Amino acid sequence: MVSTDDNILEMRRITKTFPGVAALQDVTLAVRRGEIHAICGENGAGKSTLMKVLSGVYPSGSYDGEILLDGAPVHFRGIRDSEQRGIVIIHQELALVPYLSIAENIFLGNEQRGAGGLIDWNRTNAEAAKLLASVGLDENPMTPVVQLGVGKQQLVEIAKAISKKVRLLILDEPTAALNDIDSAHLLDLMRRLRDEGITCIMISHKLNEITAIADSTTVLRDGRTVERLEMTSGEVTQERIIRGMVGRDIDSFYPDRVSTPGEEVLRIEDWSVRHPTQDRLVVDGANLNVRAGEVVGIAGLMGAGRTELAMSVFGRAYGRDITGRLFVHGRQVRARTVAEAIGNGIAYATEDRKRFGLNLIEDIRRNISAAGLRRLARLGWVHDNEEIKVAETSRRDMNIKAPSVMSVVGKLSGGNQQKVVLSKWLFTDPEVLILDEPTRGIDVGAKFEIYTIINRLVADGKAVIMISSELPELLGMCDRIYTLSAGRVTGEVPVAEATQEKLMELMAKDKESVG
Amino acid sequence: MTSTKPTSADRKSAESASAAVHVGTSDPRTLIMNNLRQSGIFVALVVIVALFAFLTDGLSLSPGNITNIVLQYSYILVLAIGMVIVIIGGHIDLSVGSVVALTGAVSAVVVIRQGQPWWVGVLAALVVGIAVGAWHGFWVAYVGIPAFIVTLAGMLLFRGLTLRVLDNISLSPFPAEYNRIAAGFLNGLIGGDGYDAFTLLIGGIAVAGYVVSCFRTRAARVRYQQPVESFALFVARMALVGAVVMWFAWQLAHARGLPIVLIILAALVLVYGLLTRRTVFGRQVYAIGGNLSAAMLSGVKVRTVNFWIFVNMGFLSAVAGIIFSSRSNGAQPAAGNMFELDAIAAAFIGGAAVTGGVGTVVGAMVGGLIMAVMSNGMQLMGVDQSLQSVVKGLVLLVAVAFDVYNKRRAGASR
Repeated sequence: MVSTDDNILEMRRITKTFPGVAALQDVTLAVRRGEIHAICGENGAGKSTLMKVLSGVYPSGSYDGEILLDGAPVHFRGIRDSEQRGIVIIHQELALVPYLSIAENIFLGNEQRGAGGLIDWNRTNAEAAKLLASVGLDENPMTPVVQLGVGKQQLVEIAKAISKKVRLLILDEPTAALNDIDSAHLLDLMRRLRDEGITCIMISHKLNEITAIADSTTVLRDGRTVERLEMTSGEVTQERIIRGMVGRDIDSFYPDRVSTPGEEVLRIEDWSVRHPTQDRLVVDGANLNVRAGEVVGIAGLMGAGRTELAMSVFGRAYGRDITGRLFVHGRQVRARTVAEAIGNGIAYATEDRKRFGLNLIEDIRRNISAAGLRRLARLGWVHDNEEIKVAETSRRDMNIKAPSVMSVVGKLSGGNQQKVVLSKWLFTDPEVLILDEPTRGIDVGAKFEIYTIINRLVADGKAVIMISSELPELLGMCDRIYTLSAGRVTGEVPVAEATQEKLMELMAKDKESVG
Repeated sequence: MTSTKPTSADRKSAESASAAVHVGTSDPRTLIMNNLRQSGIFVALVVIVALFAFLTDGLSLSPGNITNIVLQYSYILVLAIGMVIVIIGGHIDLSVGSVVALTGAVSAVVVIRQGQPWWVGVLAALVVGIAVGAWHGFWVAYVGIPAFIVTLAGMLLFRGLTLRVLDNISLSPFPAEYNRIAAGFLNGLIGGDGYDAFTLLIGGIAVAGYVVSCFRTRAARVRYQQPVESFALFVARMALVGAVVMWFAWQLAHARGLPIVLIILAALVLVYGLLTRRTVFGRQVYAIGGNLSAAMLSGVKVRTVNFWIFVNMGFLSAVAGIIFSSRSNGAQPAAGNMFELDAIAAAFIGGAAVTGGVGTVVGAMVGGLIMAVMSNGMQLMGVDQSLQSVVKGLVLLVAVAFDVYNKRRAGASR
């Protein structure tokens, strides 16, 4: 253990529980003065929660354990408290006001006042220009932020942090949305800031960046600290970090299934998708297929393009300039709208059921019929008794726990909502179901039910594509797993040969090594 | 959102009572609270009718006055039908007053200035209304401009066109046939002594149709093993509806008979009640207003649906324009001023949600009637115009506050 004097920050035995879930348990974190410290872990390992505890988003008293800054305990009641002590967090989703200028954004909430309390614009812009120079951004401070790319916006955020006299800068997935050049630039800047005495904490999925830049690394898994690795010697490899991140047993709560894949149902060739507003490919030449009676997994880190791939296939519901070929049962189809995709037997259950999957103010019955309403209608007239029957059947088959099919969906639990979403898509009688994070945010019991439903579907000859951030889930459920990194398919692994380490390695592969 | 026929108050409350009988798991109090948004407005209407009957010594319920209310507010109710659909879809239409003026003006020019038969004027007005709706629909659905902006522009645009069409002067009078649309009555067709037997006959047919449809619905429910209310309650409900309709017909029969506009209005309420509840289009409107992204990802052709919502609003604005021009026996440049606000108020008082996805045609009708009975009652009492406006404003505010409160309560228990 490093002596306390050298540590700018120590978090000791941090425990944070949400109703029913322990997000963090006895987590410790020590960061030395003037180093770049990386925090690694799978999605859901507790990285973001830990940073929210640190920055005061979860105020002192809402968690157990203590935080020591410069060796003295601190109790932050909000972000303002932590910022006053020089801790600034830059989130993955940048928090800039798009139509204000760079200078206005930098000094937002910290306005440079002159005589009579009015804003001194000359000083504001002059100070902003100095700050921009210090982060190497060559832009006029009066430029509206909306005109900048993501990489430059990130630099504005850092300039803003510097203007707040930052001593400890926390970057959450800083390069997730950046291209290679911008990423390299950002890493350089972080080195320079470190040499100027600013300590950095960096949360990242990109292990190559961590091995390149970090002085030390803390690995989290399932809300606990696994280990702290010293990186300066150069002996710690990406494989070593991965071992720490995934080193848990696969629980045996995946129902058994005899796999008997049949004919190919869906095939995608050379599928490329451009980001709707930015000039970059989010999916780059992807090829994959799925057969009847088969569960195929898609693994990838945040920002790898999993959801984007799925939604672009589902009637071009995401992205622009989509190119590539789509085959259903070996026949090339054009699914240019969601309705056409549904007509071709494709169903997509979204990862965010509240925002994209359900009409929360409507009842179960009408949510289930929403996508397949035409099956219940003749000449535009809905047969509403038949609709109730369909809903009742689903409620029984899926074991949706609700007093009646007239219950409002918004009041159901996450697991039951997910069953409504699945019912909706099953009613369209699809050939292939794309399930995007089908068990996100639902409890263990409901997860098992969802797995059982998926197994029943493939036993009936449906094809299922399952996107998940939880590797054990993919290993427990799938026949084959594709890995996606930076929009490219980096691997296709039969489940018998798949291990978490192997998948993680493929998921973290960067563009160059893919070739 | 229970699936009820768009008919009357008691049906709705009986419906919630029936649910209480058959869904044993929930206690009746919860069900009443849950249906308060629906049934609350019916209660409010009854209270307001009773209040003004008391304040005016029964004058407000006299045959002549009831006929007056129907004639005076029919065009607002027609607009409210279209408006509630627009609001359910998550939009707003600020232009309907101007469109009422424009369609009335076109009709007047065709009939009065050019001497065409009355039905040519009606057709011309409908064509113009539908064209205006298509214009709004194009900008909202295909260009993606918020309806607030598009219809605010439309409000100015079509008011200006009205002035152009009329050359800034009023046109009147219409020929008698055109006047009959809003001021005409069907009476004396089969005689009657001091009352109009025909009106009673139509009332009787309406009640009979209602009873038949109730029995058929009930039979279908039973066939699908759905819970139905007890037979006694079922009969009581039909008896109550029948009594209210027959009393209404009786009052009309003792005044001037059956107003033609009432037939038009009843037909529209019936058709649009079914359209919103029972058709794919209607369901998709609710889906879009409830969660636009989810609707899109469920394969709803959002643009097409939005387009037709506005085309329909244009059509109904034209119907209202025809009725209004017929009633005022001419076209004025300032016709229809502020009608949009009355129609919007009717929809919101009738339980439509500001955020979309919630509302019913029947609710909007009751909301419109609440406004109508209040305005009419205050006029009978000789209340000052300024005070009338204050009262109406407060009623709208309280109604929407109730809605917001309801939603917050629902959200908290989630």
